[in-house]
Parts: sequence; structure tokens; C-alpha cells
Amino acid sequence: MSSIAEEMAKKQKEISVAEFFEKNKHILGFDSATRALITAVKEAVDNSLDACEEAGIMPEIFVEVKKENATDFRVIVEDNGPGIVKKQIPNVFARLLYGSRFHAIRQARGQQGIGISAVVMYSQLTTGEFAKIWSRTAGAQAANSIILRLDTKKNLPEIIKEDFVIWEKEHGTKMEVHLKGKYVAGKQSIIEYLKGTAIVNPHARITYVPPEGPTMVFERASEAMPPQTKEIKPHPEGIELGELLSMAKDTDSTRMSAFMANSFSRISNRVAREILETAGIPQGMKPKELSIEQAKAIIEAIKRVKIMAPETDCLSPIGPSLIKKGLRNVLGEIKADFYAPPITREPSVYSGNPFVVEVGIVYGGELNKEDPVQILRFANRVPLMYQQGACVITKAIESVDWRRYGLEQRGGQGIPFGPAIILVHVASTKIPFTSESKEAVADIENVREEIALALKACGRSLKTHLGKVTRKEKTKLKFEIVAEILPKIAEKSAKIIKKPVPKLNGTITKIMNIVWIDDSVEFVKNKHVIKINVYNYTPTAKTMDLILVLPNNNGFKISKATPEPTVEKEGVVLSWPIKRLPSTESMVIGLELSGGDKDAYDDNEIYVTGIDPVSVIGAEPLPGDWDVEKLIVTETPAEEAEVPEEEEEADYDEEGEVLSDDE
Amino acid sequence: MTNDGKYSGSRYDLAVEKLTEIAGTIYNQIDKGQIPKMVIPLRTKSNIRFDSKSAVWKYGKASGARTAKKLKGAQMLLRTMYMLEFIEDMIEEEKSSTLREMYYISEGWDKAKFGAQEESNLLAEDLEIVTGCLREDFKLRPEEAGASVIGNITITEVDRKGRKKKINCRDDVGDSGYGIPYNVEKDKVEIKDVDADFILAIETGGMFDRLVENGFDEDARAVLVHLKGQPARSTRRFIKRVNEEKGLPVVTFTDGDPWSFRIHASIAYGAIKTAHISEYLATPSTEFIGITATDILHYELPTDKLTDKDVQALKAELTDPRFNDPFWKSEIETMLEIGKKAEQQALAKYGLEYVTSTYLPEKLGELGLMKK
Repeated sequence: MSSIAEEMAKKQKEISVAEFFEKNKHILGFDSATRALITAVKEAVDNSLDACEEAGIMPEIFVEVKKENATDFRVIVEDNGPGIVKKQIPNVFARLLYGSRFHAIRQARGQQGIGISAVVMYSQLTTGEFAKIWSRTAGAQAANSIILRLDTKKNLPEIIKEDFVIWEKEHGTKMEVHLKGKYVAGKQSIIEYLKGTAIVNPHARITYVPPEGPTMVFERASEAMPPQTKEIKPHPEGIELGELLSMAKDTDSTRMSAFMANSFSRISNRVAREILETAGIPQGMKPKELSIEQAKAIIEAIKRVKIMAPETDCLSPIGPSLIKKGLRNVLGEIKADFYAPPITREPSVYSGNPFVVEVGIVYGGELNKEDPVQILRFANRVPLMYQQGACVITKAIESVDWRRYGLEQRGGQGIPFGPAIILVHVASTKIPFTSESKEAVADIENVREEIALALKACGRSLKTHLGKVTRKEKTKLKFEIVAEILPKIAEKSAKIIKKPVPKLNGTITKIMNIVWIDDSVEFVKNKHVIKINVYNYTPTAKTMDLILVLPNNNGFKISKATPEPTVEKEGVVLSWPIKRLPSTESMVIGLELSGGDKDAYDDNEIYVTGIDPVSVIGAEPLPGDWDVEKLIVTETPAEEAEVPEEEEEADYDEEGEVLSDDE
Repeated sequence: MTNDGKYSGSRYDLAVEKLTEIAGTIYNQIDKGQIPKMVIPLRTKSNIRFDSKSAVWKYGKASGARTAKKLKGAQMLLRTMYMLEFIEDMIEEEKSSTLREMYYISEGWDKAKFGAQEESNLLAEDLEIVTGCLREDFKLRPEEAGASVIGNITITEVDRKGRKKKINCRDDVGDSGYGIPYNVEKDKVEIKDVDADFILAIETGGMFDRLVENGFDEDARAVLVHLKGQPARSTRRFIKRVNEEKGLPVVTFTDGDPWSFRIHASIAYGAIKTAHISEYLATPSTEFIGITATDILHYELPTDKLTDKDVQALKAELTDPRFNDPFWKSEIETMLEIGKKAEQQALAKYGLEYVTSTYLPEKLGELGLMKK
């Protein structure tokens, strides 16, 4: 994509920007009237969110789309950001490729400085009306009001009119454009874009006034600003030839060794010397004299010299807890049955660029069972609305065998079917988009694999949940047998043969033949109160270890525990040894956690070891592949002489054959 | 099958003893801490065997278990207990009920309530199989009416007031004939004199009426029996008794479709559902005189297309051991091939007299029951 930018810069003198724009409408997101309107809102909102975050302000964003006539719309986007100083307003809004972030390497929504100026240009080209900007910086007496035109020949802004206006906002920016478009609802729409934005930006409050219908407000789900992202120097891995040459030309360093050490991250003086030696380039050569051949040699050398992976603290993932909150906040009305604990992977690197993948899954409730799952794609907290098929996120989803995780999928590949929403967020200092329109992330193997790993981890929780549900349902039937039907059979048979009613214990344990684990979480007086009941409905005494896994980095404190657990991993993994729970008896485990808010914990993750997991309902066997430290698993003790399973006979009532000769 | 003299008490005493044994078994299983279960011969197509001694189809050796391990099995066992209690109470109080009444009585059985009457009928049959008694011994009777009979046969029937009435089924009855009661055992019905050459069992009312109107019973010296679709137990029992006691051959005359083939099968070979009493209900020497698939072609009868259900039924018959002979195989396959079925009344294509003047004389003539 930098090649497009370069191409644009090169060609600026030869062809007008307007011409370039016209030719490249599709990659800039203006290829249809519907999309143009969405792009206008999207670019403005992305800018507003970036500005607020850079300034450490909790975003408060107002969006209005007004219908002027059959083809024309007015889009107004207003924020409470830091405002833009007057001098910069024309450049920000009416000059393509102008932006403070163009050379900065950090995780941000906008990257190229094309977006908002393209909106301004599009509106100007389609309606002839110029953009109106209001902006007020903190402490300024009034807001600047500027009407801007973009000179499409020179790619320079032109101020048509400027003024001061009184604005009740202490600081912020408002943009108004008039453009041709088409308003739609549905999957690819402004509403869906704003919903997505609200999910991954739970710290933002967004108000939307649509052309028709009621105003929508997405309230904040979090009062915490995402941490500031750090600016970093480019990592040498993945540097392109042209980039290296232009950096060498622009540097203030006078020696190649200093240039290498100063311009890149993770290159010490020693590593710089090693690279240059490997490439056969004098340490003291002037960077400005670097030839193409020499630059190629450096890129080759970088591959051979051991260089530390880039720092990853420049990334700002949303985090499992906020993803869940955001999803609940925005999707609350679908009353989903299950929000799988979201997964935030450890940062990884592609071509020298750090990136991190996050995944969340919502299941059940009012979601449609027959449809393909809904995919919510995000890159640097921006919803991706178009080109789903071309995106690495979709490809990663298609590569996973979802049948293992409880969703339907024909032949174990492709987009799965079922009542689910899959959210995937990729954050990076440089998102490898497939094109300038930034709608799809390129299919890079490393990125795809990271996404697939996160999907699988989240899928495991889904499967655990579904397994729990079906097994509990089956067990409920057995409970119905032993609690309601068996006693009556005993009573009636006793009455008929005129004998006392027999004891049922033995029969009950043979019918159930399970250890039943029944758990609950309640949020009472700022504490999570967890209760786990273990019933032994088997004919023999049972011994096992019960393990409870709390969410990672939860900040919980155990304020009460009966009986006292063994701590396997501080604050995260607790275990209780259960020694010889006699047949037909039960025990209770109680735990109180303080220090987490209500949403931080709502489903117990319970595992068992040291017992045949088939006989346990309500807990899963400790998975071999899970990512917490391996527990020391107690050996499975020899079960007490189990009553041999009776030979399976055909079930008389399940033959399912039509007996009748009648029609 | 029934209380054939080995037992000194009444048939009802035997039923109570056998039913109590079932309750005792269940009780002992629970008392020993086992999962209660009943083992019953499987009532399936694959578990019927030809009994060469009686020349009918009976259940084979395969059995299935009804256990409390599964919800449905547990429910059926509880229903069994309720039904045992209900039957024993009826016997004690000298009352009886229809199967349908029992189905409604189960409304008060809570978890053991029947979902459909078919379920209660099947359970009553299960109890027959396990005890070796008949459902009449349980004071249960069907509500469906038996068939109608017209022909020169004289019977006596003990009426509701206990009087023995002598009835000639041609002269003492109206055009709808003598109605066969649900109980046709000797204590109720005796077959006295017969002056006829054979029994003609007819599937549909329309054809029965046609033959009556045409005077076929007298012309052909036939006892006409209207089966009313799949015949009730008492109809089959009545036919068997006339066949056994008076030596009258039996001939079935039905529509030409898969369901009619099964009507013949239940009279001649025994029904799958009641294979435990085939010996008592089926008349193995019964002959079938159509409508066959070959008849449809030969007589160029007006037809209807086979429905999907018909095709399924025909295919099921191809694996039904009762139909495993060259005649049936070829007729079933022909019907599948032509994809058509015909009603017996389709013979009216050639006029109202055709069936009695041509079709039946041709068919019965082949069997030597009528002169062509």
C-alpha cells in the first residue's frame, strides 16, 4: 500500500489528484453510492476516535445523516477531541496524504492521511458543495469555522471562508459534508459500522441520528481509556528496498553504522556493525551514498543476522474483559446464551511488524440456527465491512474445523453454520491491508495462523459449554427417572404384591452411574459467590481432584474458601482433592472472590482428574493441550470393583418399526 | 394359549396370578438394587418365524428389554404397574372396560399417562405376550365393531340379558347382515349349521353391498364377510372358527394396493402385531383372489398412481417374510413397476353385474369353488 502512496506522490505533478481519485474510487471506498456514504461516516469517526485517544479524552461522538433529496445526503460528525489548531485544519481536511501519522509507527486507525480528505473531495466532486469544519482547541475563546475547497489540480487546500463562532463545546471538531449517496440498512450499513465500532471501543459513547427513525445511543461499557500506544521505529525485518533507500536519503546521520543503529528498532551498535560487515559495506560510508545494490545487500544481511523481535508494547489490544463487555453492551438485545471468554493472544510479528490477535464468540439465544455464523472483523479497532471473502480473518475461520467445536460445517471447512457471532480483532502498527480501502487484511501465513489459534482456543470454551448443556439435559432425564418414576414403580409394585416399599439407593446409582457436579456463581455484595456441589450417584465410592480455573489476570482475591483449596497457579488455578466420596453421598465446595466487577466472572470453568471423566457430569476432563502450566495430575486410582455392566440387550421400545399393518 | 384346562380357577384368576408375577419380578429387582426391566419378544418383522406345525407366523426367539435406564422404558414400566393394578381391580369388581376407556383412565396416572391410545393398545398386547393370557382375560375389550356377515350360516349368540339366540345370517338379518360381536368365543357364540361352499371375505363396504344386491351369496353358495378394512381380532377369529369347525374354505377379495395385501396376510398368515396369537386368529388355507397387479393389467382396470407411502409399503413387503414366495414377489414387483393401484369397485367399468357374472366366477372357478 505504501507503493500506492508513493505512486500517488510521484504522479501528483503529472496528473491531477481528482483524476487519480476518479480512477481509484474503488480502492478508496467510493465505488458505490451506498459505500460512499458509509465511508464518509467511517473516515470521520475513525479520525475522531484517534484524536480523542491521542489526547487522552474519553470519546463522545455524535453522528448525523440527513437526507437532502433522493440522491443527496448531509453527514455531520462531531467529537469532543482536542480540536485542531487553525493552521492545520486545511491540511488535515483538504490535502491528500497529509497526516501526522504517515511516518509514525504505532497502532492507530488512520494510517495514510487519505481518508478524510478523500471524503471532502468526493463531496465536492458530487455536489459541488464545500466542507464545513468547526474546531475548537482547549483554552481558545471561540471555535474556528472554516469552509474548505480542495484544489484538485495542485492537491492543495483553499480556504473559501473563515470565521470565529461561539461553540458550547470546550474543545472538539465538527465536520459537515454534503454528498451523493444511498442510505441502506442491513449487513453493510452505517448502523452496523457504528455497532461494530461501539463493540471494540467500549470506552466511547456514540450517538447516531439516522435519516429516519429514532436516535440511537451506544453508551459506554467501560470508563477506562485504552492505554496510550507508543511510537516505535521500524523493525529491520520486513523493510522494503524503497523504504530503506528513502530513509537513508533523509537521515541526519553521517555514518552508515549510526544510521542503522538510530533509524531502526532492535539494532544496537554491535548489531549494526555485524549487518554492515555481512553486507560488505564500510561502517563509515555516508548513508546518502547508499546504492541500490548496497541496499539490497543490507536487506539480505538483515535476514542472516540475529535480531531481537520488535517490541510489542506499542500495541493496544482491547483485552478479553472489555471485548466481552463490548459484545454484551451492543448485542444485549439478542439475549445470547453464552459469551465464550474472549482470547487475546500474545503479540507476534510479521515482516518486522508486531501484531496481536483477539477473538470472541457469542452463541445461542435469538441468533439464527440455520444461517452461516456472523463474522465481525476488526483491524485496529475499526470494523471491516467489505471484502469479507478476501480477508485473512475469513480465511482463518474457514480453515478451522468447527465441527469439533460444536458448529455445523460442511466437510469441515468453509464458513460454519449455527447460532453464533465470531469476532476477530487484529491490532498492529501496520495492518497489512489488501488495498487502500482498508477493508480486508492480506492473507499472511503468520497472521492467519495466529487467528486460527485464537479461534480454536475460543472454540474450545464454546464446545465445553455446549457439552455441558447437552450432558446436563441428558442427566436431567435420568434425574426424572430416579426422582419421579422409579419411586412410583417401587410403590406400585409393592402395593400389588402387598410388601413394604423397597429401598431405591442401589437402583438409583445403577441408573445414574455418574458423579454430578452442579455449580453456580452469584454476585452478592461486590463478591462473586461460587458454589460447587459434588454428588456421587455411582454404586461405589469415588476419589478425584476437582480443579477450578479463574480468568487470567483477573485481579480477584479469594476472600473465603471451604474447604481450603490447593493453589496450583496463583490466583488462577485452584484444586480440591476429594477423597473417597461414598456412594449416594455429596459434598459442597464454597468460594468467595472479591475485587472483580459483575461481568468479570459469570461461568465456572471446572475440570476433574483422577477419575474416569465419562462418569462425571458438570465438569470436563483436564485437557492435555491447555495453555496454563501443566498440573501435576494424580494417578487415576484403581476403581473399586465396579459392578460389571450388564450385557446390552436390544431396547424393546426403541425398535422403531411400524407394527401395524394399517395405513 | 388360553386356560386350556390346566388351571383349575377361572381365566381371570390365572390372569391375576400372572400379572402379580410381573409386579413381583420388578419388586425383587429394585429390592436387590438392580435396574428394573422386563424382557419381551421383539414384535418386529425380522422376528417372526413360520411355525410349520400350525402353518402360521409367530414371534421368533429375539427379545428386547424394557428397562428403567431410559426415560421411555421407565415410563412404560410405570404404566405397566398402573395397568396391572387397574386390571386386578376390574377383575375383583367384576367390571370391564374398552381399550379406549383405559386410555382415558390413564389421564389420572400422572407420569404414567399414555401419550396416545396406540401406546395403551400396544402395552395391553405386551401383557398378553408376557402372561400368555388374552386381553379379554384382563377385562379389556376393543371398541371397534366386528365385521358383518351375510350367508346361509346359523349361529347362536348369548345376548346381553343372558339369553341364547339362534340367528340365521341370511334369513334373520337385514341387508347389513349379522354383526360379529367383539367376543366370539364358545361361551358367547356357537356355530350351528352351515349350508354354503366357502367364505368370501371382502375388504370394502361398497363391494360387500354390491354382492349382496346381486344375490351372490345365494347364487354362489357363499358366506359374505365384510372385513371393514384391516379386520378386527373377532372377525379373524370368527372366520377361523367357521373354517376349522365347519371346514369352509376362505377366500379374500380386496382392493389392489399394498395395504390390501396386508389384510390378506393378517387373515392367512397372522399379523406382525399379534403374532403371539396367530395360531388362534389366522386361517392358513385362505386364498387371495385379487385385485392383484396382474389383474389390473389383465382386466385393464381404471387405476390411481401409487403414493410415496404406497411405494414404501410395497418395498417393506419385499422384506416381509410373510410375502416371501414367488407369487407375492412377482405381484409386488409388478405393482411397483406399473406404479398403479386399483380399487375392487373399479370392476364396475364393465357394468354392475360384471363382478358377479364374470370376475368372481373366473377367479373362484380356478379354485374349484364355483363353476365357470
